[in-house]
Amino acid sequence: MSGGRLVRLAETARATVRFDFDGEALTGLEGDTVLTAILLSRRALRQAEFGPEARAGFCLMGACQDCWIWREEGPRLRACSTPLREGMRLRSAPGAAHWPGGTGGTA
Amino acid sequence: MTRVLIVGAGPAGIRAAEALVEAGLHPVVVDEAARAGGQIYRRPPEGFTRPPDKLYGSEAAKAVALHATFDRLVAGGKVTYLPQRSVMALRAGVAHVLGEARQEVPYDRLILATGATDRLAPVPGWQAGGVYSLGAAQIALKAQGVALGRSIVLAGSGPLLTLLAAQLLEAGAEVAAVLDTAPMRAQLQGGLRMVMARPLVTLRGLRLRAALGRRYHAGVSLTRIETGEAGPTAVHWQDARGSARETSCDMVGLGWHLRADGTLADLAGAAFDWNSAFAQWLPRADPLGRAGTGLYLAGDGVRILGADGAELAGRAAAIACLQDLGLPHPDSASILRRLKRMQRFADGVAQAFPWPAEMIRTLPDTTTVCRCEGISAGDLRATLPLSGPEANRAKSLARVGMGRCQGRYCQLSGAEIIAAAAGLAPRDVGRLRAQPPARPAPIGAWLKAEGTREAE
Repeated sequence: MSGGRLVRLAETARATVRFDFDGEALTGLEGDTVLTAILLSRRALRQAEFGPEARAGFCLMGACQDCWIWREEGPRLRACSTPLREGMRLRSAPGAAHWPGGTGGTA
Repeated sequence: MTRVLIVGAGPAGIRAAEALVEAGLHPVVVDEAARAGGQIYRRPPEGFTRPPDKLYGSEAAKAVALHATFDRLVAGGKVTYLPQRSVMALRAGVAHVLGEARQEVPYDRLILATGATDRLAPVPGWQAGGVYSLGAAQIALKAQGVALGRSIVLAGSGPLLTLLAAQLLEAGAEVAAVLDTAPMRAQLQGGLRMVMARPLVTLRGLRLRAALGRRYHAGVSLTRIETGEAGPTAVHWQDARGSARETSCDMVGLGWHLRADGTLADLAGAAFDWNSAFAQWLPRADPLGRAGTGLYLAGDGVRILGADGAELAGRAAAIACLQDLGLPHPDSASILRRLKRMQRFADGVAQAFPWPAEMIRTLPDTTTVCRCEGISAGDLRATLPLSGPEANRAKSLARVGMGRCQGRYCQLSGAEIIAAAAGLAPRDVGRLRAQPPARPAPIGAWLKAEGTREAE
């Protein structure tokens, strides 16, 4: 908890949800967004691509795209508007081998 | 039956849907959220337990009524509700909608109730993780029960600044300072108009303001946000008398009232006018919200009247739609009268909490303007000899407005900086044209056939 950016003020009596972020096992609560769950344990979601700073979301309403992270399976998601699910495997950077279409062909 | 598509399920979209259903139509409602209500009446996920008066304060009854109205429409099969989806493009009477799968939704009439985002101005250091919009801090509190930091500084101006600070304090968060860039004189002048239009609402705002005590400062100039490895560590500012001050914190919330999100209105063909009171481009619409053939606009996406005004405007847009279809419709006179009062109040708000044009015009060259791609005020200024003082050309060359927020958070400040460098007013440098997709979208979604799910 101590490493996190966010503070829970209410709604703490919910079931625990386990997930992993960059290979580390973390927990959140049912009803948390991915952003909430990660930032309760971490200071940032990812590194900025165009500057030295870390990124931790900005608008939380799906408009700014600051909170992009990736599923280990490949797809990108907006952490602020994606509900946390048990067993999610998330990454702060895209995996190397994933392209839309999935097969690594010319698409 | 006429196919009416409503985009947005906040106060405006819900009231529009209700009025259309009353007239016997069956609208389709597309909304980005998982649960209807919009931002100000945003609902927490299922299973959260704080009661409405904790979440929505004095507006609890309105929020509950609005949610109940929409739930009833959905449960009764009166609307086709497509949540967690974004309208990406509008072309030839078809909305291209993306959620887990891509959909094409044909329509005859379109009601856009897409709302507003925080209106942001750059402050040196604002690109650090841990700086958020004011709206973000309110969403986090309302929909997740969390504070975005342990020690919070809120800065900017507008009704949300005071409201959010009071809500955070009430919820037990530590708010170190509330820094309002609006001078007290502007607040008194605008406040007088606010009182005359809506005395109770104004009084409620003053009471919230009083609850902030000595944390609240008017007429502030923001100097910079000091940052370390882990994000913000302090805000440096000047008080109304010009004394340098510093407030330690680990989170900064910024926002200067609201910016209408006109992306879809633009893609649907609406015209825009510069509104100097609100210091932004607003889509052109008649008093009921007609903005083109078969196109209707309602809510904060067209006129920033707030939630009460949005409910009225949603109903007004539906009435306009019914009128144009030659269908029986409710009388619009009382709605128009009430909308006028909302507009008078909103004009007072705009005057009381002005856009900080001078602060932006004089930003140091090193200040990041485009948060998405780290482009500085100096980068933008250096582009102007090549691009000339026109927003779209400056965007092409400097990329301010081309990043993934698509200009939502840099367009107005970018225009201000371009205008200042050229000795012009921001309206003279033009408006960034919206481009589809309205949100960044994976190409893969279009490679697959309609209705195919994105890879899980």
